[in-house]
Amino acid sequence: MIQQDVLQVDNLKTYFHLEEGRTAKAVDDISFKISPGETVALVGESGSGKSISALSIMQLINKPGRIEGGKITLNGEEITNYNAKQMTKIRGNDIAMIFQEPMTALNPVFTIGNQITEIIRKHKKMNKQEAHQHAVDLLKLVGLSRAEEMMKEYPHQLSGGMRQRVMIAMAISCDPKLLIADEPTTALDVTIQAQILDLMKEMKERFEMALLLITHDVGVVSQYADRVMVMYGGQIVEESTVDVLLESPKHPYTQGLLASLPMVDKDVARLGTIKGTVPPAYDFPAGCRFSTRCPHVMEQCLSHNPSLSDIESEHKVRCHLYPSEVEE
Amino acid sequence: MTKQNKNIADSPILNVRNIKKYFPIKGGVFKRTIGHLKAVDDISLSINKGETLGIVGESGSGKSTLGRVILKLIDATEGSILYKDTNITSMKRNQFRPYRRNMQMVFQDPFGSLNSKMSVAELVEEPLLVQTSLSKKERQEKAIEFIEKVGLRAEDRLKYPHEFSGGQRQRISIARALITNPEFIVCDEPVSALDISIQAQVLNLMKDLQEELGLTYLFIAHDLSVVKHISDRVAVMYLGKIVEIAPTSTLFKEPAHPYTQALLASIPTLNKKKTDEPTVKLKGDIPSPANPPSGCAFRTRCPFAHERCEKETPVLATQGVQHEVACHLLDGQDDVPIATKSDPTLKKISKA
Ligand SMILES: Nc1ncnc2c1ncn2[C@@H]1O[C@H](COP(=O)(O)OP(=O)(O)O)[C@@H](O)[C@H]1O
Ligand SMILES: Nc1ncnc2c1ncn2[C@@H]1O[C@H](COP(=O)(O)OP(=O)(O)O)[C@@H](O)[C@H]1O
Ligand code: SF4
Ligand code: SF4
Ligand SMILES: [Mg+2]
Ligand SMILES: [Mg+2]
Repeated sequence: MIQQDVLQVDNLKTYFHLEEGRTAKAVDDISFKISPGETVALVGESGSGKSISALSIMQLINKPGRIEGGKITLNGEEITNYNAKQMTKIRGNDIAMIFQEPMTALNPVFTIGNQITEIIRKHKKMNKQEAHQHAVDLLKLVGLSRAEEMMKEYPHQLSGGMRQRVMIAMAISCDPKLLIADEPTTALDVTIQAQILDLMKEMKERFEMALLLITHDVGVVSQYADRVMVMYGGQIVEESTVDVLLESPKHPYTQGLLASLPMVDKDVARLGTIKGTVPPAYDFPAGCRFSTRCPHVMEQCLSHNPSLSDIESEHKVRCHLYPSEVEE
Repeated sequence: MTKQNKNIADSPILNVRNIKKYFPIKGGVFKRTIGHLKAVDDISLSINKGETLGIVGESGSGKSTLGRVILKLIDATEGSILYKDTNITSMKRNQFRPYRRNMQMVFQDPFGSLNSKMSVAELVEEPLLVQTSLSKKERQEKAIEFIEKVGLRAEDRLKYPHEFSGGQRQRISIARALITNPEFIVCDEPVSALDISIQAQVLNLMKDLQEELGLTYLFIAHDLSVVKHISDRVAVMYLGKIVEIAPTSTLFKEPAHPYTQALLASIPTLNKKKTDEPTVKLKGDIPSPANPPSGCAFRTRCPFAHERCEKETPVLATQGVQHEVACHLLDGQDDVPIATKSDPTLKKISKA
């Protein structure tokens, strides 16, 4: 039996229309799938388009941004043209999202209890008392043993790690099939990061969710993801299983990124570097977007942007160094 | 294989003795001092010329405060700071001036620490204006020299900070710190705000400059892999105290303090497999330094905490070559389980 994908994204484009007629191609033609229960990591440096990809899937793009094209299919149902009301139902019910800074998602003037029960009651037919009990159970489930007291507390009274646990409790409150976590541990200390990632893994298994994990930390990818997509300049430049990507990265950007990582379990006298900086999204070079920094740049790279193509099964690369049939 | 061919002198350039920095906690209607937040609580350390001492610890453990006290940006509550055997602790501003140019700082946030109304040339030149008596022409020449030394283009010297990327702004901060030819630099999370590929560029630059100019670094970071890469020795801080200090390779191969072990176990790395047995990870949050636990401050999160830990504060004791640890487990007086790196499961060690 072939399992239906939880999420399928086809040729998604989200642009920001800036002053002076400039266009930032934040997300430029990305396609990918996520199977049930799978953890897929989206890695890339800041500005590469990770958050905008996630927000586009959720249809949370505001002006001057606009989804220019593409198709988003959730559990076999195309949601691309859903209206605001339909999307509100999807968000929370089918897809839940966790952000880097929980304070931006929590309302500072309402208690934790208020906010969780509101979400629960929005999506589940429960009376106040049932919702309260469900909220307490959820808080306990995510490791907040002081759940009853915490229901009466305000977000600022909690530590960063506890707030992220509350976010996870809210995310799982309506049994979504897909959880999108955008740098959920970037603002946390490493010991707390480990707690939160382990909790997310446990919840994912327990509720049989798929997880789209956005991160810039390759160590996190290695330890928590099944598959990985590397983003550069609004596009996916390499995609494969985590083990393959870490053992034999093919795209020059992925190779450069891995070489520039200092690691606790590896000694190198000198780190590898990628020259230059990421070009701004309104000023990508013609041809391959990595061509301004690539050590292997060739003439055709300056005029033709390679397409993302299979070089072996489950391993896609966007680079002219590897033979492909189609060209853009 | 850290720094085998690096030139580290035997004599300390900096010697910090029993430094404390307590911030008053105000409260009540009259805003009286009702207690103290012990941000740095009795720290002693020394750094040799040409060496990099890394400082790691979770946020709030007192790393930045320690760096600021050492550079006299804030006054110590107690203790002394010796710079090349001269006690600088209570020097007045003009007395300290000749030392200031030898002791500089690079901050984490290249945005916040650079005046946005000044051009790169002005920013890099500024420390010379305040700390030396060079002529305008000499200052400008030197500024260009250092702008190029940190890998920026001299043509860009009339641009403003906002026209640069984060990595380039950090290069400007480094040029500013270096222009007075300092010997000692406190680097407070200098690469924490940078993307990986840019972080690598800046780390390589800092290593190159250290070699070229014989610099001594106190390198503060919360990222252990960064600290490991750049440091000769590493000190681990927890709630204002050093709990372990050792040569880098020792600390990462044979961490002895339960907190160091937990920190290392928490780092997701490329070689740890998803299927590996979970190592001991820490429960709970770091307690408030305004109200630290009695005895060993780590005991509320320590898997090996026992009765003595509540009553008695452990002090740093020699554990090996240049290796000091503050934990009751290690003086052999207690009959408690102990974790070792090679065997993360609990191993019962009795007094024997
Ligand atoms: N509100 C906005 N206005 C204009 N451009 C934006 C806005 N948000 C994002 N962008 C553009 O989209 C690009 C990708 O942003 P983002 O997805 O947030 O990157 P990431 O999450 O990978 O760091 C940015 O480089 C920027 O050019
Ligand atoms: N000027 C200050 N006044 C009061 N408390 C301070 C001040 N500066 C730092 N602290 C407190 O001292 C503790 C240590 O802070 P800091 O040195 O910044 O830690 P770190 O750099 O390790 O994150 C924290 O609890 C912080 O809130
Ligand atoms: S297409 Fe060309 S420039 Fe782009 S990554 Fe491949 S070799 Fe480098
Ligand atoms: S002294 Fe006690 S509580 Fe502190 S680290 Fe050692 S065993 Fe743990
Ligand atoms: Mg982002
Ligand atoms: Mg700090």
